[in-house]
Amino acid sequence: MILAILEPAKGALTEASWETLTAARDLAHKSNDSVTALMIGKGVNALAPTVKGIHTVLVAEDPRLDSYVPEAFAKIVSEVITQRSPKIALAPGTETGNDLMARVAARLNLGLATNCVEFSVEGGSLKRVTRSNWGGSLLEELEILSSPILLTLAPHAIAAQSADGTTPTVETFSVSVSEKDFRVRIKELIPTQKKGISLTDAKVVIGGGRGMGSAEAFKMLEELASLLHNAAVGATRVATNNNWRPHSDQIGQTGVQIAPDLYIACGISGAIQHMVGCKNSKKILAINKDPEAPIFQRADYGVIGDLHQIVPALIAELKKLKGA
Amino acid sequence: MKVLVCIKRVPDTGGGFKLTSDNMRVDTTNVGFAISPHEECAVEEAIRIIEKHGGSSTVLTLGPQAAQEQLREAIAKGITSAILLEAEDYEFWDPAATAHAIAETVKPLGFDILLFGNESADTCNYQVGLRVAHLLDLPCVTGIKALEIQDGKALAKRETKDGWEVYEVALPAVFTVKEGINTPRHPSLRGIMSAKKVPIEQKKVTKPAPQLVRKALKKPQEGRHLEILGQGVDAVPKIIEKLREVGAI
Ligand SMILES: Cc1cc2nc3c(=O)[nH]c(=O)nc-3n(C[C@H](O)[C@H](O)[C@H](O)COP(=O)(O)OP(=O)(O)OC[C@H]3O[C@@H](n4cnc5c(N)ncnc54)[C@H](O)[C@@H]3O)c2cc1C
Ligand SMILES: Nc1ncnc2c1ncn2[C@@H]1O[C@H](COP(=O)(O)O)[C@@H](O)[C@H]1O
Repeated sequence: MILAILEPAKGALTEASWETLTAARDLAHKSNDSVTALMIGKGVNALAPTVKGIHTVLVAEDPRLDSYVPEAFAKIVSEVITQRSPKIALAPGTETGNDLMARVAARLNLGLATNCVEFSVEGGSLKRVTRSNWGGSLLEELEILSSPILLTLAPHAIAAQSADGTTPTVETFSVSVSEKDFRVRIKELIPTQKKGISLTDAKVVIGGGRGMGSAEAFKMLEELASLLHNAAVGATRVATNNNWRPHSDQIGQTGVQIAPDLYIACGISGAIQHMVGCKNSKKILAINKDPEAPIFQRADYGVIGDLHQIVPALIAELKKLKGA
Repeated sequence: MKVLVCIKRVPDTGGGFKLTSDNMRVDTTNVGFAISPHEECAVEEAIRIIEKHGGSSTVLTLGPQAAQEQLREAIAKGITSAILLEAEDYEFWDPAATAHAIAETVKPLGFDILLFGNESADTCNYQVGLRVAHLLDLPCVTGIKALEIQDGKALAKRETKDGWEVYEVALPAVFTVKEGINTPRHPSLRGIMSAKKVPIEQKKVTKPAPQLVRKALKKPQEGRHLEILGQGVDAVPKIIEKLREVGAI
């Protein structure tokens, strides 16, 4: 059996959960095995019927688990693994999924391969996985010696496919968590006020790096963004470390991952840790005064020159177009 | 207050990766080394906790002799003392092995707060902090971007798409930190000079039987073709054309 651990959020399964189910079905298909999905939390009973094309859905419903309770969730997953002995247990490689599976791996003293992007099944069993290193800039082929095999799936590595066919049997897994499993718990949720277009939703992102030179200079990127539809401003680590921009604007391995239609990189050298955050952009346009800058090997369009001349000229031209 | 912060020495390869001929490692000839941004922030957080609440801070790494460079950098910024768990083959330690060695060393030392990065820069396992917490039977909150200590308790904030999750846990506790929790300071010249003289506690450790074994590293495909739009302001009309193509104007 292959165990797929799914993530409910706001009354539905997350996209990463559907990707995980797809990967689990694929692994089961290649190893002639069946899939059991596990859902934990308050309200998961209602979600069970949304899953098709697998053998069993296990629901661990409990009103106390209305948000993620790390140690309680880890206890439940560990018990399911111990009682049902899956060959593989797979969860989404999201923040929650990685947190959960690392706790499970620690409890069961098993290896865990996080953020897998590919699986190699030979002769009906999983031999190796390929996982992301350096935030996706490198890939690592890994052999897992402990069993059962624990994995998380990197988000977007596999496209979610809907399955038809069999309606799974729904089984209840009785939850046996106690007060001490709640020593790590969410005390409060503070919603953030959404202002403007977020970096992850924007269709055009304008990024500024060391070449901007100051916090002041970012005002022209803000102005440029305001002249475009659906545009937002991002930054490199140099810009955030200099306090030119808040860290929430940082694109890259230790910042946000963006996937706009167009990324305009201004005064950015194209370090691998920055580019891994924007590699899913449809097109990348780089403005840099150094023709040898590595970003020109990782961009679709290049403009060689001083951004402090080019950006103002671009703004002036856009204003002219708007006025006309 | 006693605070521990765990860091890892990693190659600082801005321009791109070169792999060794056996594809097992990043080629570090002519490459500098760094600690991950998350861990730099963990170091900064440790220093700030001690500045505010008093006590001492310890930086620990499992790595080669050369990792003294990263330990001394942390001391130069204000960390009190350092421990090197010497393992020249540290790159091939899996997260469980690393966590066992760290937990064994720190268990008798009685830290109130243990800080880790959310994930290491190179292998990105997302595990060592949580595994150490489990081995010491301590509560752990991962991926935090704010930490407040008060009356033997900690409030730790985790950022999500919709806002902040605020966790409250009793100390001692483990936290894994994300960049953004603070802006790390630069070491002062005096700090750098005095860090050279601080003795580093050293202990040799050997790798236990692994659960995970690296077979190879490889580079993902990078499939973009560069079109030069022009030099300087002369390129503006071409940039506008590209903006039109994506419907931005
Ligand atoms: C583990 C790890 C994680 C990291 N995570 C991130 C991350 O999430 N995000 C991130 O951004 N970085 C990250 N970094 C840092 C990264 O390696 C680079 O140091 C950083 O991205 C460089 O930023 P930059 O391009 O702004 O600066 P630089 O590399 O200094 O480049 C500045 C560029 O601007 C050009 N320039 C200067 N003046 C002008 C001008 N007037 N007009 C046009 N061009 C000009 C220069 O030619 C140069 O190419 C990480 C590093 C590590 C080790
Ligand atoms: N070799 C090491 N020495 C000390 N700390 C480490 C080491 N490897 C990982 N860590 C710590 O554990 C965190 C998580 O690592 P990982 O589980 O590999 O993603 C890192 O950010 C470090 O704080």
